[in-house]
Amino acid sequence: MNRKWVLGGAAVILGVFGWLTFGGLEKNVVFFLTPQELLAKGDAGVGVPVRLGGQVKPGSMTWDAKTLDLRFTVTDGARDVQVHSTGAPPQMFRDGMGVIVEGRYGSGGVFQATSLMVKHSNEYRAPEPGEEAHEKYKTLIEQSAP
Amino acid sequence: MIGLIAHNALLISVAVIAFGAIVAPFAIRSGRREWLQLTYGAVYTNFVLVSLATALMIVALVTHDFSVSYVAAVGSRSTPLLFTVISLWGALEGSILFWAWVLALYAAAVVWFHRDRPGNLVPYAAMTMLAVAGFFALLLAGPADPFVPVWPVPADGPGPNTLLQNHVLMAVHPPLLYLGYVGMTVPFAFAIGAILSNEASSNDWAILSRRWMLASWAFLGAAIIAGMWWSYEVLGWGGYWAWDPVENASFLPWLTATAYLHSVMVQERRNMLRLWTLNLCVATFVLTILGTFLTRSGILSSVHAFTTGTIGYYFLAFIAVVLVATLVLVAGNSERIRATGNLGGVASRETVFLLNNLFLTAVMLTVLVGTLYPLVAEAIRGVKVSVGEPFFNRMAVPAMVALIFLMGVGPSLPWGSTTVAEARRRMIAPAIGAAILGAIGVLAGARGMYAILAFAFVGYAVVGNLREYWIGMRARHNAHGEGWGTALLRLIRGNRRRYGGYVAHIGVLFVALGITASSIFRSEREATLLPGETLTVAEHTVRLKSVWGREEPQRSVIGATLDVLGKDGEVIGTVEPRMNYYHVSDQPVPTPDVRSSLRGDLYVNLSAFEPNGAHATVKVIVEPLVPWIWFGGLVMVVGAVIGMFHRGRRTRVPPAPVASAPLPEPRVMETVP
Repeated sequence: MNRKWVLGGAAVILGVFGWLTFGGLEKNVVFFLTPQELLAKGDAGVGVPVRLGGQVKPGSMTWDAKTLDLRFTVTDGARDVQVHSTGAPPQMFRDGMGVIVEGRYGSGGVFQATSLMVKHSNEYRAPEPGEEAHEKYKTLIEQSAP
Repeated sequence: MIGLIAHNALLISVAVIAFGAIVAPFAIRSGRREWLQLTYGAVYTNFVLVSLATALMIVALVTHDFSVSYVAAVGSRSTPLLFTVISLWGALEGSILFWAWVLALYAAAVVWFHRDRPGNLVPYAAMTMLAVAGFFALLLAGPADPFVPVWPVPADGPGPNTLLQNHVLMAVHPPLLYLGYVGMTVPFAFAIGAILSNEASSNDWAILSRRWMLASWAFLGAAIIAGMWWSYEVLGWGGYWAWDPVENASFLPWLTATAYLHSVMVQERRNMLRLWTLNLCVATFVLTILGTFLTRSGILSSVHAFTTGTIGYYFLAFIAVVLVATLVLVAGNSERIRATGNLGGVASRETVFLLNNLFLTAVMLTVLVGTLYPLVAEAIRGVKVSVGEPFFNRMAVPAMVALIFLMGVGPSLPWGSTTVAEARRRMIAPAIGAAILGAIGVLAGARGMYAILAFAFVGYAVVGNLREYWIGMRARHNAHGEGWGTALLRLIRGNRRRYGGYVAHIGVLFVALGITASSIFRSEREATLLPGETLTVAEHTVRLKSVWGREEPQRSVIGATLDVLGKDGEVIGTVEPRMNYYHVSDQPVPTPDVRSSLRGDLYVNLSAFEPNGAHATVKVIVEPLVPWIWFGGLVMVVGAVIGMFHRGRRTRVPPAPVASAPLPEPRVMETVP
């Protein structure tokens, strides 16, 4: 087994991997889109993995705690996309908040989400006057107090 | 005051580093070797100065000295002491300071242990490490200065990123990662030193740097496992690996370091792959800097990306300098470095090592392409994309499954060559192991080809590695009548590197088994429960008891208490998944509760609750064999420790009377500091 064999074998294996890499890569790319961009794609945007970013349209969210059926509308101001998912909404999920939903846009015009992420900043920000974001759990803590 | 002293210490260290690095080549060229003491002195002085700055930072954090910019950014009076101390690495500037300290520590240790070695390898390596330290010292002096005075002094600060103060693993994962990442500088420095001192055509430098690589490899491996564990325990998704760019960034240098640890053995035994081994040292180092760039520049959105400042450009420039400098050095000397040895037969250990290096490199390149693709796509085509998990799984899993197989084949093949009949004979026992574990996998429900192969190959490799222990112990037992325990200890002591390597293999195999089983057999359900209602997932049942809230100094905690029920409905335990609301963030940090056993985990996460406590939505995930991943990481480290503390004297195992029993290989001569 000489040097050429080794180099040749290396080239073949690396070549195969290179080919597979570029073959598989394009199919598994997840695009980051806004509702407007997604709808502009037309049929090309249906059934492919997408990360959709926008705001929760005020008043659009419904959640059934029993069936875990979650529906809301994501908007970028220009266009709206209805989103459906199964599971609990992230805590503090509220109107107008920035979200990123990952999933596929169905031909029925509803985006089936597999995961929801809330866009939020890690930077510290002092609460504004009158703002009480923590209302939701304050009640529970008061009730639990002995 | 603290800030001023520390800042000045860092400024002085820049001058000390520059002086030490510049003196070295003059000392060597002019033959005044006594001047090298100045370079070594600079290495020690830098360590003292950076240690002082780091210690002062910890003091500032603990005493809540908000006049120091870094403390004002990450400190808070309400944060518990432990998380206050470890917020040293909780944000950009502090993490660069910690990086500089670890590098100063490594450089001082290298000089201390190898200072008496004749030749120019160590001086040039010290110079290289000073140059790298210089880059970080410059960052600390300017763009990442953690000691900027703040005026007026704030009364309190926001505290660390909430995700980073929620779990004690934050005290474990980052330091391990730094020890691993930064440690890769040492083999790189030896590689550069070897070229500059014309020692690259001998194998000494590679043997010298191997121990440092082994230590860094173990730290990095442990850090990756600890990071997976953190993700599992804190993020609430029940997973530990998502091919996220920051995960990939830590995985890439680990792959090349693993390749190095194997190729260096071929270099030592067969005088081959010398240029390749050297390039692996360089690649590993460059990948650590690339990883730091990816995670710290803010180019990727993640918990690791702290700011979107200009720091990324410094890293890019540094990567460019390192690549160009080493390319020039390696290309200019490649003829001399090129190895002279020959491969043995096809069925030999070196063939397996070559394949191992090929597959590791292929995995590395695949992951690298997938990680960098979004950056390239955005730069060239202006689209924001990410590369999905299916790509990585489809591309990397086959090669990793092949690597598991090789882990079992390598140890049972001798160096040089062997006959096909002999090779076949040595494969019988591992093949039985493969059949057993493969059958267990199929019976448990594994269906995919790679899943079944993964089980079978883990079985093959576990037996293949244990068999080496058995053969060696039996030889000692028969030859000297040693007890089995004594035989085991003396066997390991006789060739720590080899038997430590097998232990590390077993550790990696446990990790592989845990990952395979938990990804194939995972089952999960989410439901909203009223108190008293139950949820059953894969024969595990939980019953909601209560939903409650509690106020703590730095956070508010919402929790659900659930009983875990046994087969007959009796209570066998409780779990308390929680949601922590830190006062500085409007987003809660999930805190799942995990009940572990050897068979696997019951993972319960609280996903939603009713403000009046009437019901709670919980997600229950059953993941078999997950604890094996964490345990395997520990075994891997034990293997590395065994291999690291090998002694340099020549010991020979007396021949065993049974002629057919293959003997443990005699040790090779080694130069040891």
